[in-house]
Amino acid sequence: MKHTFFRLALGLSAIALLAACGGGDDTTATTTEAPLAAVVPSGGSGSITGLVSYSGDDTDAEINMDADPVCASAHSDPVSTESVVASDGNLANVFVYLKEGVGGSHTVSSEAVLLDQTGCTYVPHISGIQVGQKLVIRNSDPTLHNVHALPEKNKEFNQGQPFQNMELEKSFDTAEVMVRLKCDVHPWMSAYIGVVDHPYFAVSGTDGSFSIEGLPAGDYVVEAWHETLGTRTQSVTVGDGAVTVSFDYDA
Amino acid sequence: MVHAESPRALHRFAVFLASCVIGLIAAGGLVKSLEAGLSVPDWPTSYGGLNPPRWWEIENVRAEHGHRLIAGTVALMTVALAIWAWRREPRRWVRRLAWGAGVAVLLQALLGGLTVLLFLPTAVSVSHAALAQLFLCMVVAFALVTSRGWRESIASPELAATGRDLQALASGTTVLVYAQILVGALVRHTGSGLAIPDFPLMFGRWWPPQFDFSITIHLIHRIGAVLVTVAVVTLLVRIARCSSRRGFVVPAVAMGLLLVAQVTLGATIIWSGRAVLPNTLHVPTGATLLAASLILTLRSWRAAAAAPASSRTVGEPAMVAA
Ligand SMILES: [Cu+2]
Repeated sequence: MKHTFFRLALGLSAIALLAACGGGDDTTATTTEAPLAAVVPSGGSGSITGLVSYSGDDTDAEINMDADPVCASAHSDPVSTESVVASDGNLANVFVYLKEGVGGSHTVSSEAVLLDQTGCTYVPHISGIQVGQKLVIRNSDPTLHNVHALPEKNKEFNQGQPFQNMELEKSFDTAEVMVRLKCDVHPWMSAYIGVVDHPYFAVSGTDGSFSIEGLPAGDYVVEAWHETLGTRTQSVTVGDGAVTVSFDYDA
Repeated sequence: MVHAESPRALHRFAVFLASCVIGLIAAGGLVKSLEAGLSVPDWPTSYGGLNPPRWWEIENVRAEHGHRLIAGTVALMTVALAIWAWRREPRRWVRRLAWGAGVAVLLQALLGGLTVLLFLPTAVSVSHAALAQLFLCMVVAFALVTSRGWRESIASPELAATGRDLQALASGTTVLVYAQILVGALVRHTGSGLAIPDFPLMFGRWWPPQFDFSITIHLIHRIGAVLVTVAVVTLLVRIARCSSRRGFVVPAVAMGLLLVAQVTLGATIIWSGRAVLPNTLHVPTGATLLAASLILTLRSWRAAAAAPASSRTVGEPAMVAA
């Protein structure tokens, strides 16, 4: 996944930075704005990688986009909802984040998270963002959308994007897992964004895998969130290296 | 004292406006049935302009923006009615009624805009539904009292007696129908339409086994339907026994037919799992039932207010309380 790869790259560059500093106290040294290396400034060398498994069926229904001819004509093949994306026993679109155990403050990534509206669907369907991090919402469609966020802790908003290639910038003030976004023009369109106050989160890919990098050593509670299948939590002790954590949605 | 007449064209325009208001209420019902209320996020603009691109091709935007366009047209027509009445209507209270309708439709537009900007809070949406019915009542009342039939009501002991007989029952029915519409609006705007998922049984029984807010107001709406039915049937029986006057019989029969249609639509909403068509038609049908009840009520008051026949000569136009 592009996002994970990106974070991995940032994690590596952060490690390089730390190495250059002689491995000194890493939480205070990086408050200066580094445009690219901001994701894991307070991190360590630990990581959590794992798999989300689910043997149930991909239950998603086909979407009828006739309510807007532009949406219907954007797809030659049928489009399905993305509630349960599962294959070969692996579950995608699971938001995995550190729920407890993360201390200190964390520099907010200066890299924007992109939520695209294309083919009258949200891409990505599930994503994560830091508190205060910039969210860019783009309309790549030659039709109009309204972007309606339905948070409980953050501020609700509803803004229109009548034209193609319009962009909207937003950010969230408070940690909230998850914030739902929907389009009232196209009722099938929905997306979820996990808002957390640290950079330690990931979304499982179609192979069910996820990876959270650059963690300081410590004891954490990791939570997996799925749109319809609910949450699972596990306690994990992270040291210098990689710890493997698996979430089983059949259990 | 003999009043100058209201212009015929003013009356016809008011009748046309009343039918447009029913259409506007239907359009509003469609917006809610499609859950399209926030599909145009800004107000008074629509996607920053007058008309959103391709708005007529996109179902929900067509519903919401169409509702705004119809509302704008009805508002302009109502202002035109008020100006027309101000210049040509001889009775001051009728002129004031027209101005009242103008104020109501403007307030109604503000409530509509406010509910969009505040993300459809129940209180604002229900107020929008409640004021819509009052606005309709004002326009219907205006159309009725500017009609020739209203002016030419002949005072007679028989008529006055029937009027007095009907007054309380018709008034009570109108208030009851309006209250039932308010409860219905609450059911719609709290998403309680399927809180009791079966009909006529409730969770397979004759009384719900458990209660929460949604189930309670849904149940009140069903009980309200029974009460309205009792009231309308009583009214029909009373009129069948006491009067063959068209002015009473026509609205009463209309109420009976509208009631049957309305209950059928209500049941169909449940059976279809809130299909858009019955869920939408339920709203203007209720509004038309209210309008018919109001017409019957006002005519009963008019008849009862006619001076005792002994003090009038037959053929003298009855006076309107100014
Ligand atoms: Cu959309």
